[in-house]
Amino acid sequence: MTLESEFSPDSDRIMSVSLGPQHPGAGHFRVRLWLDGDYVVRSEPDAGYVHRGEEKMGEYRNYIQNVPHLERPVILDSSNILFPYATGVDELMNSKVPARGQYLRVIMSEINRIISHMYFIAIQGYFQGHTTMIAWGMGDRDLWIDLAERIAGARVTFAYIIPGGVRNDIPEFAIEKGLKTCDWFDKRMDEYEKIYFENPMVHQRSDHIGVLSREDAIAYGATGTVARASGLKVDVRKDEPYSAYPDLEFETPVMTQGDAWARTYVALLDMREAVKIIRQALKKLPSGPVRLKLGPQPRVPAGEVYSRTEAARGEMSYHIISDGSPRPYRLKIGVPSAKNLRVLPHLLRDVHVADIPVIYWGLNYWPVESDR
Amino acid sequence: MKERRLKVTTTPLRIGEVGLFVRDTLGFDHISTVSGVDWIAKNELEVVYFIGSSKPGQQDFVLAVSERVARDNPVVPTLIAVWKGADYMERETHEMFGINFQGHPNQAHLYLPEDWNDLPPLRKDYVSPGR
Amino acid sequence: MVVAQQQKTGAFQVLVGKIDDVLQYAIGDPMRYLANWGRLYSLWPVHLETACCSVEVGAAAGARFDMERFGTLEAFGSLRACDLIIVMGTVTRKLAPRLKLVYDQMAEPKWVIAMGACSITGGLYFDSYNVLRGIDDIIPVDVYVPGCPPRAEAFLQGLVLLQEKIRKAPSLSGR
Repeated sequence: MTLESEFSPDSDRIMSVSLGPQHPGAGHFRVRLWLDGDYVVRSEPDAGYVHRGEEKMGEYRNYIQNVPHLERPVILDSSNILFPYATGVDELMNSKVPARGQYLRVIMSEINRIISHMYFIAIQGYFQGHTTMIAWGMGDRDLWIDLAERIAGARVTFAYIIPGGVRNDIPEFAIEKGLKTCDWFDKRMDEYEKIYFENPMVHQRSDHIGVLSREDAIAYGATGTVARASGLKVDVRKDEPYSAYPDLEFETPVMTQGDAWARTYVALLDMREAVKIIRQALKKLPSGPVRLKLGPQPRVPAGEVYSRTEAARGEMSYHIISDGSPRPYRLKIGVPSAKNLRVLPHLLRDVHVADIPVIYWGLNYWPVESDR
Repeated sequence: MKERRLKVTTTPLRIGEVGLFVRDTLGFDHISTVSGVDWIAKNELEVVYFIGSSKPGQQDFVLAVSERVARDNPVVPTLIAVWKGADYMERETHEMFGINFQGHPNQAHLYLPEDWNDLPPLRKDYVSPGR
Repeated sequence: MVVAQQQKTGAFQVLVGKIDDVLQYAIGDPMRYLANWGRLYSLWPVHLETACCSVEVGAAAGARFDMERFGTLEAFGSLRACDLIIVMGTVTRKLAPRLKLVYDQMAEPKWVIAMGACSITGGLYFDSYNVLRGIDDIIPVDVYVPGCPPRAEAFLQGLVLLQEKIRKAPSLSGR
């Protein structure tokens, strides 16, 4: 599928432009665009600027050593990328994580979902020229980071969810602070809705832009906010309840417009559900140990497992093959960004150049995660 | 594998039929991931397609369709016609394992640098330079 | 008597020294000082994100840490108007030529902050097949900010150190 097969080569109407990797609208990433005047005719994403070979590195390290480097690809959402890894290794080792550990995993995963979505909405506001949203979003995101820091001890890379449970218990004062943060954030989200989501300027810049139909969302394998904004109800937390999710009440928000605005708004609805889950889990938190005793080099029985959880961006999955040695034989990370990447060239057709940042960032695409 | 997971292993010759059957008759239309495995002891490469479903009621099920080929001449048909989303995932499997997807429109490097001319990195006989 | 005189000459010497300093700063090389003073509060970075440390730069640009206090914007469009390049983390083999290209296009004077363990030594990715072990081989680095990732405060400290370095730069060219 080369350019020549679609357009005549002597046509000088078509201009090829490269957006990124140095561009305020596309960090760590490049899209090649073929333009006809102000219209994008065709586009081709060029990923791989942050490909660090995590899967190969995973084969050189044992199951515990794998924890810190596995959370780097998606540093915004670092607990959620470890969650399926931990459940996968637990499944291979046939270990039962204590109830308190399960609840803490859920709490941390939901806090991370909010941290990730706040970053997403803040930058989306920035791309639409809405500077209030980036100032508020980045500032409020730090309060959730503070809460996570009180629980896990680090600012963004927590290494909190590990095989066998969570690394350490939650301190008493963090529960109180968590409930307070939830109450405060509920009010805050109403304000976002008023100032950003109901803003006519934002509607003008993102309504009916980059529309993805439900059929295409299924065919291209879209997950997470992208799929849910197009009316495809996928949520691993509901479809295949894991950890403490069966005990907690929440909804899966779904919208049907499938445009850039809906994709952003679904993230806000997701955060509302996340606050609900955190509040319930903090109140219901059972007592007991938080993790199983594991040696520094646990032996994992031979087997093959496909584990998945719902990360902020969508379905995060691991394909782990163990041959009985302390190191995984194969560690495949199926990240949501890589699943949503195929949607980008589909959407970047017959759109204005000025709409590219909104469409691109609306997919909630995080290049570091996609490249691994 | 645990409950609600099923792995079907087939040959490259039949995988197109199996894919269509899985998609149209069983309703597994939502592709999740394409993974590859290098079984160097058996001299085989494996490609695994993990397929979820968008149909209510069977969304908790993940079906794995896999095929095995000889390591010396790994040529398999592409399944883009079955699941459009397999496009970039197959491209990644191609560059990481050196598996040739016949009929794939573009198998240029997606994640590796353009000038990569070593063995495909996820093959077991490729040793990372830092090790 | 003698003691008093000694004190007098001592004070005189201090005075001379001060005048000397003042002359050196204000008259001896006024252009250098003025030019570098003008540069140090308007460091505009290139928006070249290389890896995950960019999240902490984003946080530093946010409302809480507010990078603009130090005269640094988060993202800026044109390369020609930029004089700072923050290497936010891992540089892979695919990005390295682009990083060099971006650096070469920037106008002099220009400075480089290497942020994060990966851009200093390769960090956690020392045994990866696609990661460079430090960026010193490609571009000269002025300030190293260690951490994986460095906290936003650490990054701001790196920025202040760079400003200090520019203030004390020996020549008019800012280097």
